[in-house]
Amino acid sequence: MSRLLALICTALLALTACGGSSAQSGPKTLRMTVWTANEAHLKLLTEIATEYKAAHPDVTEIKFDSVPADGYTTTLTTQIAGGNAPDLAWLLEESAPDFVSSGALAPIRGKVEKADELVPSATKLWEKDGELYAYPFSTSPFGLFVNTDLVKELPTTWEQAVAASAGKNLVLPDFKYQNWAVLSTIWRGWGANAWSEDGKSCGFAGQEMKDAMAFVHKAIFTDKAIPGPGTTVDFFAGNAAMAVSQISRAGALKDAKFGWTLLPLPQGPKGDYAVIGQAGVGVLKRSKNADAAADFLGFLTNPTNSAKLAQFFPPARQSLLNADTLAKSNPLLKPEQLQSVVIDGINKGVVKPSHQGQEELNQTIRAALDPLWKPDANVGQVLDGVCAKIKPLLERP
Amino acid sequence: MTFWTYRRRDNLVGYLFVAPALLGSIAFVLVPLALVGWYSLNEWNVLGGTFEFIGAENYERLLADEKLRDSLVATAWFAGGLVVLNLSLALLLAVLLNQKLRGTTLFRTLFFSPVLVSLVAWTLVWQLMLQPEGSVNGLLGFFGVDGPNWLRGESTAMVSVIVVQVVKNVGLNMVLFLAALQGVPAPLYEAAKLDGAGAWTRFLRITIPLISPTILLTSIITIVGSLQVFAQIAVLTQGGPGTSTTVLIYYLYQQAFQFHHFGYGATISVLLFAIVAVLTLVQWRMRRKWVLHES
Repeated sequence: MSRLLALICTALLALTACGGSSAQSGPKTLRMTVWTANEAHLKLLTEIATEYKAAHPDVTEIKFDSVPADGYTTTLTTQIAGGNAPDLAWLLEESAPDFVSSGALAPIRGKVEKADELVPSATKLWEKDGELYAYPFSTSPFGLFVNTDLVKELPTTWEQAVAASAGKNLVLPDFKYQNWAVLSTIWRGWGANAWSEDGKSCGFAGQEMKDAMAFVHKAIFTDKAIPGPGTTVDFFAGNAAMAVSQISRAGALKDAKFGWTLLPLPQGPKGDYAVIGQAGVGVLKRSKNADAAADFLGFLTNPTNSAKLAQFFPPARQSLLNADTLAKSNPLLKPEQLQSVVIDGINKGVVKPSHQGQEELNQTIRAALDPLWKPDANVGQVLDGVCAKIKPLLERP
Repeated sequence: MTFWTYRRRDNLVGYLFVAPALLGSIAFVLVPLALVGWYSLNEWNVLGGTFEFIGAENYERLLADEKLRDSLVATAWFAGGLVVLNLSLALLLAVLLNQKLRGTTLFRTLFFSPVLVSLVAWTLVWQLMLQPEGSVNGLLGFFGVDGPNWLRGESTAMVSVIVVQVVKNVGLNMVLFLAALQGVPAPLYEAAKLDGAGAWTRFLRITIPLISPTILLTSIITIVGSLQVFAQIAVLTQGGPGTSTTVLIYYLYQQAFQFHHFGYGATISVLLFAIVAVLTLVQWRMRRKWVLHES
């Protein structure tokens, strides 16, 4: 029996001995999680990293670790929980409040070159107490892609857009009747909000939201413009009249066999507006090489490299936000499209809804909205129900 | 007298033989199990890097959690539906395929093959088939039936998840039943026939009692398995519509890995462990009442 005990103890010792950690000196390696596996994206990132390594011989390796976009934040937090946190990480806008407020990220303002030229609407989400916790490397406005083979008269209002795509599909590629936050690209036109500015009170039961959602419901079930639940239609393959998507998707239209154009989001009853999707890069505070990581982040996002990255990820630097600069890296888009969708969008846009505890809110709202996606749904009642469900989550300190 | 007596040497050899398996289960079963118990007593903020002892607070939360209650109801429907459908279908198929007819081997292979297919691939194919314009509704339309939007209705989503899982795994239980059926001695049937017993009586009075050890085995593994079904839910419904298919293990995943409540997630897994243990124990106890050779 005593031998058995000894065995167990040895096993436990062996397990716990692996737990030690200490700051690294000497050669450093950096790992950055990204959700792209696009070869062109990775090639550019690797080029910038190679240039950085040449100037910093102590950094021997910079690895870009592609994690699937679906479940990205879950994978990232699981890596952190398992003691295998990356040194740098791309972050989705919806997880920004959780990451910024938790203290998981290291402050980086001191490392960012010309930080004062960053557009305030882009940095707002990543700041706390005047400090910057992630660099907004992609600030991508939503626009309306139109298949001009299917639609002759370009819409300027949502009414027109839905009327023109009735029976011909107006798609919201990322919505899938799950990612409800994508609908903010529509309801902002009605002046609706998921929650108040301070995040404490629910906006779903407001009249603006009810009107906007009644419009969406009608567009799905009466006008048959937005494809119904469970149906997938691909705009980029030419099967839909219109798509609400981010301008970074324009690349998918390079070899399109149909005519297309990009318009700003149509007007709602409240007039002009813009919605942007965002992504930031942060340095994990617990990284053994946090300093080196922040230093590399400064290099990756300096004006020169931001200009290079602008071909994929719209920049938040004022000096790069002009049609001429953007046109060089976005040959598929015309200067006036870049001006009206990208530059105006970034300057006046609001970021898709995000809140502390976002994932729990996401799932709760997703579940509470499910009854809406039926032909005979009572829109007002469903939306009141959403507020009843998320009130305790919003009021949580 | 030497230290290495024959008996001691014998013991050492014995311990050495079991050591690899023992170390494996300590490292990969017992230690994680103990850690889960420990985590459940703590509030673990993964992002902030804080780990704070809070005693029974997570367990109090467990009792007050309304979503957990919904999830337990969904779990009961899912497990109940799955076990009943799986076992009865498996037994029916086994009896049918136990006949000495041409082509039974082909059908046995056919029904068993889904067991070998990768789970996620299987589920993805079914997801396409269950779409409103998918092949399931296409087939129904052929018979003039207007099929529902399977994965978007609360009850049809649950039925879909159960059926997808049953069709995937029924072959395994079928093979176990087949093996048991072939172990039933033929003279028993002949004797019963001579005594005037009909087919149904022979099945109830001879077949069922003689294969009851296998029924016990399959029902235990099917019930335990049904409580651990995760990938199908994650792919097909993500717990929806509403929370109708949020079974316990999916709720656990949401709490721990999506909402970052690792401590509370651990508490739910302690609950799941307790449920599995109790169900297994109850079945094991009840075997004396109905399993042959056990009383």
